[in-house]
Amino acid sequence: MAKVTIDGIEVEVPNGSNVLQACEAAGKEVPRFCYHERLSVAGNCRMCLVEIEKAPPKPFASCAYPVADGMVVHTDSPMVRAARRGVMEFLLINHPLDCPICDQGGECDLQDQAMGYGSDHSRYEENKRAVNDKDLGPLVKTVMTRCIHCTRCIRFITEVAGVPDLGATARGENMEVGTYVEKALGSELSGNIIDLCPVGALTSKPYAFVARPWELTKTDSIDVLDAVGTNIRVDARGPEVLRILPRLNEDVNEEWLGDKSRFALDGLKRRRLDRPWLRENGKLRPASWEEAFGAIARRMHGVAGAKIGAIAGDLCDAESMLALKDLMGALGSANLDCRQDGAKLDIGRRDFYCFNSSIAGIEEADAILLIGTNPRREAPVLNARIRKRFLMGGLQVGVIGAPVDLTYKVARLGEGPQAIAALGQGGEGFAGVLAAAKKPMIILGQAALARADGAAVLAAAWQLAVSVGALASDWHGFNVLHHAAARVGGLDLGFVPGPGGRDVAAMLDGSMEVLWLLGADEIEAARIPASTFVVYQGHHGDRGAARADVILPGAAYTEKNGTYVNTEGRVQRGFMAVFPPGEARPDWKILRAFSEVIGKTLPYDDLEALRARLAQVNPVFSRVGFLPRFGCSDHTGPRGDAGAVGAAAFGEAIGNYYQTDPISRASATMAACTQEIASPALLAQPRAAAE
Amino acid sequence: MLSDKDRIFTNLYGIHDWSLKGAQARGDWDGTKAILARGREAIIEEMKASGLRGRGGAGFPTGLKWSFMPKESDGRPAYLVVNADESEPGTCKDRDIIRHDPHKLIEGCLIASFAMGAHAAYIYIRGEFYNEAVVLQAAIDQAYEAGLIGRNACGSGWDFDCYVHRGAGAYICGEETALLESLEGKKGMPRLKPPFPAGVGLYGCPTTVNNVESIAVAPTILRRGASWFSAIGRPKNAGPKVFCISGHVNKPCNVEEELGIPLRELIEKHAGGVRGGWDNLLAVIPGGASVPLLPKSICDDVLMDFDSLREVRSGLGTAAVMVMDKSTDVIRAIARLSQFYKHESCGQCTPCREGTGWMMRVMNRMVQGRAELSEIDTLEQVTKQVEGHTICALGDAAAWPIQGLIRHFRPVMEERIAAYKAAHAAPAVPAMAAE
Repeated sequence: MAKVTIDGIEVEVPNGSNVLQACEAAGKEVPRFCYHERLSVAGNCRMCLVEIEKAPPKPFASCAYPVADGMVVHTDSPMVRAARRGVMEFLLINHPLDCPICDQGGECDLQDQAMGYGSDHSRYEENKRAVNDKDLGPLVKTVMTRCIHCTRCIRFITEVAGVPDLGATARGENMEVGTYVEKALGSELSGNIIDLCPVGALTSKPYAFVARPWELTKTDSIDVLDAVGTNIRVDARGPEVLRILPRLNEDVNEEWLGDKSRFALDGLKRRRLDRPWLRENGKLRPASWEEAFGAIARRMHGVAGAKIGAIAGDLCDAESMLALKDLMGALGSANLDCRQDGAKLDIGRRDFYCFNSSIAGIEEADAILLIGTNPRREAPVLNARIRKRFLMGGLQVGVIGAPVDLTYKVARLGEGPQAIAALGQGGEGFAGVLAAAKKPMIILGQAALARADGAAVLAAAWQLAVSVGALASDWHGFNVLHHAAARVGGLDLGFVPGPGGRDVAAMLDGSMEVLWLLGADEIEAARIPASTFVVYQGHHGDRGAARADVILPGAAYTEKNGTYVNTEGRVQRGFMAVFPPGEARPDWKILRAFSEVIGKTLPYDDLEALRARLAQVNPVFSRVGFLPRFGCSDHTGPRGDAGAVGAAAFGEAIGNYYQTDPISRASATMAACTQEIASPALLAQPRAAAE
Repeated sequence: MLSDKDRIFTNLYGIHDWSLKGAQARGDWDGTKAILARGREAIIEEMKASGLRGRGGAGFPTGLKWSFMPKESDGRPAYLVVNADESEPGTCKDRDIIRHDPHKLIEGCLIASFAMGAHAAYIYIRGEFYNEAVVLQAAIDQAYEAGLIGRNACGSGWDFDCYVHRGAGAYICGEETALLESLEGKKGMPRLKPPFPAGVGLYGCPTTVNNVESIAVAPTILRRGASWFSAIGRPKNAGPKVFCISGHVNKPCNVEEELGIPLRELIEKHAGGVRGGWDNLLAVIPGGASVPLLPKSICDDVLMDFDSLREVRSGLGTAAVMVMDKSTDVIRAIARLSQFYKHESCGQCTPCREGTGWMMRVMNRMVQGRAELSEIDTLEQVTKQVEGHTICALGDAAAWPIQGLIRHFRPVMEERIAAYKAAHAAPAVPAMAAE
């Protein structure tokens, strides 16, 4: 620790900190543009200048100056103020000052700091610089004349996202930030450079000229478009969600957000189900809630429980899944499933289906084996965490599965499950790395489980974890990576076939008389025969609704208070940002109302009672936000037979990152991304990152 | 005045053979093994005692710089990097050393590398110096062939390799950390200091960057002794130094002279005097484009060394003396330098990126006089806002010439503005006829 005096306040900071961090520890705000805690230090904006005693009599960039014991720093001396005013003047001479038409207005670092250090007039009499705008694809809008060359975007894309797409060309005042050859940014995290840009040079293209920040109501929520459980803030004006931004959560997403989660929000306004529909003579017609409930109740009347089934989709909140499960229980049905892709997950123990090492725990790992997963598409923020760990040094990554570019160096160990057992036998190469690792992680993706031999693959991966010492009393290195936000919550609630119950595949083939789809759109709806009466409860007119006999309009994730469990098993809650459109209602209320119609009233009248029931079904739901870390002392594995693995290569769970669910499929922005980014990338041969 | 026996660069004009044979005849590579046998500490102490100050512009004591290198390696290799990216306008000394006396540099590389525990030296040579790079490479090849460098260099037991790297002609790559970036294959942009290159330099390893002349004089210092070197020149400004005299003199030349020689003597003895006589002198830039100019009144008796020139608020820099006689438009001359710095700014940090363009544009107007009187003060303030606020010294270098101009030639600038105003006065408003 170093003792540093900042403006007379003595603070102790760890050795190796910079002066700016020491200033913050002392509660002194230091203005900055280029410095960012999660990026490398550039020291180029020169705004954070401070005066250091017993150093040469000139101001120093505090972000780039290491602290020393006994250092005395002044952050508000005449020299410092003059220096910062000078830098501010330089930044403004070529900045267009088009704040009235700039989307950054109101949340612009330059605007804010100009209040503190700017002058009320300009001494610059010359023409201002003008720079051609760049086309960075459908997500990021550029007004490059506003760029102050802080290089945060370049550093983010290169360091965090791991895609060398951005850079600076030319020099001096002609320096321009851009992709060297004009192209769309090829990163799933590109939207974050909008947040990082301290000025209006990089703004959101879909959000251009839509709203001012002070008009927006900000609601904390949880993202559901992948299973990371990214903490988000939903910005809405009136009934419309206009913007989604990441919230800080060091344990989950740090401060990043995937592009799909950020930009698919226009899908919340399109193809919405805003009233009940009823199929009559083969055609859907608008109906009232009473008619819709009546039609279902009539069809269900007298049908045995064994002939009624329910499938929960990927975006469902835990509350509605529990309500549906309770309803099915009341009807005497054991036909439940939340695994639309048919993944052979074992709910025998919670650590058989969770990401047990935790996302933050990735930073402790020293070897990672990825089996049948492409985290870059399935959980881009989590992939950035692996890359972060990789950049720290001392991490080796092995991949069993399709050859994809994960933005870090990997060892390719094979494409099918038979490579798993081979690794357990030790020896040279990656097997030796795994065996020698102190904290190895095995990450199993859904592509490895959603196949006929999925249970065997699960068992084989567990066995490998046991044999390489990944399961220790203080370290649980067995991880399942999900990409469906509802999946872990569903498994925690036991939303899987009960005794004698049927799973998704079996429910689709006509054995059901009534099939209740709760936001289930990733099933092969065409396989459901005409004899099955399909109730679709959800928010988008997607695949499920197209097949439905009755449609019950539900609420999307921004429109309800919901509990979600991420891939780690972390229970998190999102709040309602806007009301559901039209006659749509929060899903658990629909189920509660319907249960009354058929005389099997569910025993909860409000959300609190339902959440109490959640905690009763599984105590994990009583602990929100916090995730305890467990080691693993019981090495008993999942039920599958590890020897029964097949030979087929693992596929990819997600083909097109930008369109994976009803919301992103309804989004015009995501369609544009598919056209401009995903399709060309799919056509091109995957770049072999293995070296 | 430097006597011939004290000259170090005895083939500065290229009248003798530059190759190994010629160099050895002039005394190079003589007893190198014995010098190395004195050991690292002794060599560094001798260099410190000689009082040699870096010849690249900043004048930092060379021996002290060498002593910053780690005494014990932590496993990382150490490197010597020689800065031959001589791009300072008016400076052409390293070029002549390389093309006419390359073996002095190569021998110096060996000794310096040995003294700092480096087994490799990189000579980063300016891209435009094509012929010089060819000569230098040929000289290195000769030294390898003769066993003077390479494995067991000079039979000393020390392994040493020497590489030439050609730059691409960017002025900023002469800044030591930008040079290292460029050498690593990146965009030539200065690094933040600390860490200094002696701790984290080329490829993250301890590195010392020295000017060509600083390295090339080292073997002679070690052969003739520190006391010989420090006896030449003035206290704290020891030794002979190559001066580059250009501009309005009768015989522009490079010449090796004692530090502390009066400027007037330097110009009149070696460069044939100012064109039209000493009284026709207007101003002199004494140390390359980046130091403030000196008006004739100061030039009359100023001494040419680091400390004397600092006292008159200029600097020795690279000792590139640019002479301007009274036919010169001094504002235009400095405006040209502002264009140069604007063109060569790397664009990394704000004050330099934005400031150099601003200064250039105002200077361009000042040339015409198309400005307000108050803008002279504004311009001076802008130079102060750039100076000392940047990552590297290019910001200072861009600011100083303008500060010098305003300090010494403000009346000329004011006259120019007044003349422009007079010539472009708004026509008098015709009286209204109706009244």
